[in-house]
Amino acid sequence: GLFVWRLRSAGVRQTPCRFVHLCRMADDRLITFQYFNFLKRMYVTQCNRDLSQRAKPKSDPIVSPFHELQQLDQEKKVVHKISSVSPVHQSWSETSGRNKWRELKSAAETEDSVIAVGAESKEDRRWKEMKLQLDDLPGILARLSKIKLTALVVSTASAGFAMAPVPFELTCFLLASLGTGLASCAANSINQFFEVPFDSNMNRTKNRPLVRGQISPLLAVCFAACCGVPGITLLTLAVNPLTGALGAFNIFLYTCCYTPLKRMSIANTWVGAVVGAIPPVMGWTAATGSLDAGAFLLGGILYSWQFPHFNALSWGLREDYSRGGYCMMSVTHPGLCRRVALRHCLALIGLSAVAPVLDVTTWTFPVISLPINLYISYLGFRFYRDADRSSSRKLFFCSLWHLPMLLLVMFTCKKSVLEREDKGGSHEAAMEIRLP
Amino acid sequence: PPAHSRCDWIGPPDRHSHLRPVIFYVPPEESALERRLREARQEAQASNQRFWARHNRAFRQEKEEFIYSRLKAKGLEMKDESGQKATLNAEEMADFYKDFLSKNFKKHLQYNRDWYKRNFRITFLMAQVALVRALRWLRRRKKNVEQ
Repeated sequence: GLFVWRLRSAGVRQTPCRFVHLCRMADDRLITFQYFNFLKRMYVTQCNRDLSQRAKPKSDPIVSPFHELQQLDQEKKVVHKISSVSPVHQSWSETSGRNKWRELKSAAETEDSVIAVGAESKEDRRWKEMKLQLDDLPGILARLSKIKLTALVVSTASAGFAMAPVPFELTCFLLASLGTGLASCAANSINQFFEVPFDSNMNRTKNRPLVRGQISPLLAVCFAACCGVPGITLLTLAVNPLTGALGAFNIFLYTCCYTPLKRMSIANTWVGAVVGAIPPVMGWTAATGSLDAGAFLLGGILYSWQFPHFNALSWGLREDYSRGGYCMMSVTHPGLCRRVALRHCLALIGLSAVAPVLDVTTWTFPVISLPINLYISYLGFRFYRDADRSSSRKLFFCSLWHLPMLLLVMFTCKKSVLEREDKGGSHEAAMEIRLP
Repeated sequence: PPAHSRCDWIGPPDRHSHLRPVIFYVPPEESALERRLREARQEAQASNQRFWARHNRAFRQEKEEFIYSRLKAKGLEMKDESGQKATLNAEEMADFYKDFLSKNFKKHLQYNRDWYKRNFRITFLMAQVALVRALRWLRRRKKNVEQ
């Protein structure tokens, strides 16, 4: 009891010093927290902005920081009241002091994060050194290579690999995926290298690394070469030459055909659809080493999918495309744009029905996939009839989950290897049974 | 940018052209090659700025004129009762976008050719400069090792 009393009295005497000491500590931490939160917040808001710009190119982020600042002012007042009352109670024990410090910290954090949001738009208006920041390099390269799109491309290639009628080999699968990913990074970087002034003028793309001067064009080209050359070499040597050739062709098609064509004729959409269709074919050839009907079917499904996906997306970006000088169907031939989207939604139903005929899947596949294909066709029809922003957005968002779901259903309905060999005759079946 | 800085500085997007201006650092011992690179970049920047500022201004102007003429045809004023600027919906604007794109098509083709040429030239010069600098650095290291 005596011991506790001594502590208490000691505590009370030291009250002002402790509080000051705490404040000083908080100050130091404040600066480091400011820095970390700033970086965190910048990354998070950028991610959010990227995603939201895809959906609503006219989103207005300026309103919210002010809103948050107002809320925070009130919070700050409350915190200060608590701090003026508590110093006496605070020194009772270490833990309460820590709690107080935690309160200060959280207030500082929220303050910093709001300052960070407000500061970020201010950051954008500041002059910055055009020097390569090594700590930001991973993020910069991720944005340069459009890492999310690359991930989608790699997943379609893996789907192609998985659907191939051969026993699954893990190393081949990983090598093919890696090679495809590297090739995609290279193609995306070259695309951004070509399009700097156009990207600066469009809302969706104005925060890209080359536009903001975070990386020099020379470095972007070197990065593309460092991804593309090993990627294609890996595909050619470690997987098979056919896959490597397809990869190289796809890079060429995307950078040298699609990118310049975007500004010359609406045919770019069809070329772009082929670019999207090649990765699953690459996956298939990586597994089997040959171009079968099944590879073309998978490619066909992805080709058809590109149209509702892209045409719906481009419907909301007509102003930016017109000003930027991009020749897109949504601007020049709006009727054609909607017709083509609907046509290809219906083609998806047809292609799904062809799958069992080519022995890629069982007959359950067209049956199970019919609901989702009908739904996207319905949205495609609504888009065709209404031709407004809401129907285009619905179609676009549907296409985002429709493709993964379709590929998943396809994989679950895949015709097993043994089943397929059964058709081929008894001695062949006997041979296959020996294989793992 | 501060006077003692030794690298280029890039600024916020320009109001008219949406391009980010760059202030180039001129090192005192700039070689002929480096000067050619800097001049190429400055020239490209100026040309881009001219093109896009004029283009965007024309876009804004023509858009206003289009909205005005369409509203007049419908018998409405530029500002409705609540004092807000009247706008046309997306379908009506689509005619304008299509028209604007086709009108400027040739201009864009010319600009594209120009931009690609400039971009390649600048990147090639950058590669040359980087190579020369790397060789110089290697030579200096060799000299230091020998000494």
